Amino acid sequence: MIQENQVYLDYAATTPVDPRVMQAMSAYFSQDFGNPSSYHKYGQRAEAALEDARRVIAQCMGCLSGEVIFTSCGTESDNLAMRGAAMLARQQRGANHILITPVEHHAVLHTAQQLSSVYGFELEYLTVDQYGQTTAKDVAAYIRPDTAIVSVIYANNEIGTINPVSEIGALCQSKGILFHTDAVQAAGYLPVDINSLHTDMLSIGAHKFYGPKGIGALYIRRGIAILPAQTGGGQEFGFRAGTQNVPYIVGMAEALRLAQTERDQRISAIKPLRDHLIGTVLELIPDVQLTGHPESRLPNHASFVFKGVDGNALLMMLDVEGFACSSGSACKTGNPEPSDVLTSLGLSADWALGSLRVTLGINTTPAEIDAFLATLPKVVDKVRKIRYILP
Amino acid sequence: MSDKPVVAIAMSGGVDSSVAAALLVEQGYKVIGVMLNLWSEPGSENLNRCCTPDSQAMARQVASILSIPFYVLDARQLFYDAVVKPFIHDYTHNRTPNPCLSCNRQVRWGFLLNYALAAGADFLATGHYARLSQNTDSTYRLSRGVDATKDQSYVLHVLTQEKLAHALFPLGEHTKQEVRQMASKYGLPVANRPDSQDLCFIGASGDYAGFLTKYAPQARNPGPILDRQGNILGQHQGLAFYTIGQRKGLRLAYPAPLYVLEKDLLSNTIVVGPRAQSGSKQFMAENVNWIEGQPPEPAFPASIKIRYTAHDINGTVNLLDGDRFRVEFENLVPDITPGQAAVLYNGDVCLGGGIISDQSM
Repeated sequence: MIQENQVYLDYAATTPVDPRVMQAMSAYFSQDFGNPSSYHKYGQRAEAALEDARRVIAQCMGCLSGEVIFTSCGTESDNLAMRGAAMLARQQRGANHILITPVEHHAVLHTAQQLSSVYGFELEYLTVDQYGQTTAKDVAAYIRPDTAIVSVIYANNEIGTINPVSEIGALCQSKGILFHTDAVQAAGYLPVDINSLHTDMLSIGAHKFYGPKGIGALYIRRGIAILPAQTGGGQEFGFRAGTQNVPYIVGMAEALRLAQTERDQRISAIKPLRDHLIGTVLELIPDVQLTGHPESRLPNHASFVFKGVDGNALLMMLDVEGFACSSGSACKTGNPEPSDVLTSLGLSADWALGSLRVTLGINTTPAEIDAFLATLPKVVDKVRKIRYILP
Repeated sequence: MSDKPVVAIAMSGGVDSSVAAALLVEQGYKVIGVMLNLWSEPGSENLNRCCTPDSQAMARQVASILSIPFYVLDARQLFYDAVVKPFIHDYTHNRTPNPCLSCNRQVRWGFLLNYALAAGADFLATGHYARLSQNTDSTYRLSRGVDATKDQSYVLHVLTQEKLAHALFPLGEHTKQEVRQMASKYGLPVANRPDSQDLCFIGASGDYAGFLTKYAPQARNPGPILDRQGNILGQHQGLAFYTIGQRKGLRLAYPAPLYVLEKDLLSNTIVVGPRAQSGSKQFMAENVNWIEGQPPEPAFPASIKIRYTAHDINGTVNLLDGDRFRVEFENLVPDITPGQAAVLYNGDVCLGGGIISDQSM
């Protein structure tokens, strides 16, 4: 059956912009369009909007306005944090050691790998358990006086697992080592209060929580110096030069404010649906495993591996049937390789290639989940039957 | 939801499959674009000319213009096992294979057709130049495309009734020139793209000898080049690097042009001679497929194509058993090459074919 109507179940990839966010942004495209660095009233109005947005985000994070740096996306925030901190830590105190988990988003992973391969940093990976979770104890075992930066993902994009960032942050703080967390996936549903998280740097990207694409922020604790990656006009306290994208920044602030103030009601609507989905999939489909932590996971996030299933084919058939899902990391090129994250959980290729991520949003309805649950078992069965078996 | 038949179209980003997709959309089908990611030599994965990132981007753009969904499926391992491995095996066993045949049999019209049907499609379409129609008894008939210079029924002779029931060839009634014109008419940015080539997995140079040397080092196995009388005229580099009928690259000093007449695996020798000595009046074929499911008669006349690019030659087909036939010609026919398909026609109708196994009986 080919469906005309699509059910979107890929909210971890991106979300639609909330109409309230669009409304908040609308004045800053052609009406109050000034450059916040300009001297005149146009510039002043833009700067006021920019700084209001910064204050709103600082409030959500429980930090000072001057600790929020605007970037172009979560990936840029991660890059700036990792590269900026590592470079300066080496320059200032000869620190040459980088510590990350093997389940970081590529924005952190590939940056750390480049710091290692091109710039000669010693990159070390924390261990994770079968759920992709690391512990403060583990960090304690690996951290060294010459560690330049520790980075642990707050909530994993592929498998939804939440890490004990608060404990890890406290540990790093006690050792005086910089700690960064990638909160891009987490910010929509988890607190981003930096005081309870004990984090020195924290990355977010607006489009994961009903804000626009192409805008992000990096929290940098006051007094911490990092090397700017983008130099120029000295905007963003010298950490990130370039004229600020005022409408998007306004949109991000409103989106984060809504996510944080409506958090409880969003979770109580989504989580029961998500739990129903996970429970039903595990009951109905043979040879399936939930990936990621069963409890300590994002409330809108379900992820599975199916043994002996071509994940790409599964996505295609689901899309044809009217359900937009993901394998966990974006791959549209037909080059499936077992993902770094799933491999680090100890899954063999026969399992890891059959991954499926189903992520719910604030507009997901019980009827949509029921329709999905009625379709998925049939599709998995079909994909298994036509799979090419190696001779 | 709709009642329109659903067609999966195998897209390559080239002009043929793009126009085929456009025609299907225009004819009112609900169309899904699919592309297979095929195996290429390690280190040149981006070079398989059917599925480079460039072709993929082009196919995506075409799909977007036509407002159809587009999916890429991984078939690298299957392609390696079903096409590349036999390709290497055949070459090292004194045959000259046509990998398009195994690709069509097992990859396109096996794996991809199964996927398409499982995904809810009623048909799989390709941009092949061939025509499909139904006989009065409602069996399917495969005929040459109307553009004789582009006809591709040769590589489709491996299809069965079961598969043809789900096949569509939208270009069969059109000439290449018309197809290029339609590409412009539909605003597809592919009108002037070059046609895709055989040996898609061997990188840009198409250097099959280099490929063989790398993947089957034992293919480099020098031996003598003889004339019909057994005189040694020179040395060859390994039987796999020569094809029946080949003239170039023999590096023999001789008053007249010489052609490869025979290759003998046991003695590792190549026999050459003038064109007049080349050819055979008969050959055997195996691994036979009949489009209708069974042969027309135990013995029958047919026009026969012994290579994709060869002209038809009239001959008589004699069935040997279910999976083999023998063809007899009135005159000597050059270039009959084990490993290539012999495809049988009655006029424009493709009856089926088989793989040439022996030309020296």
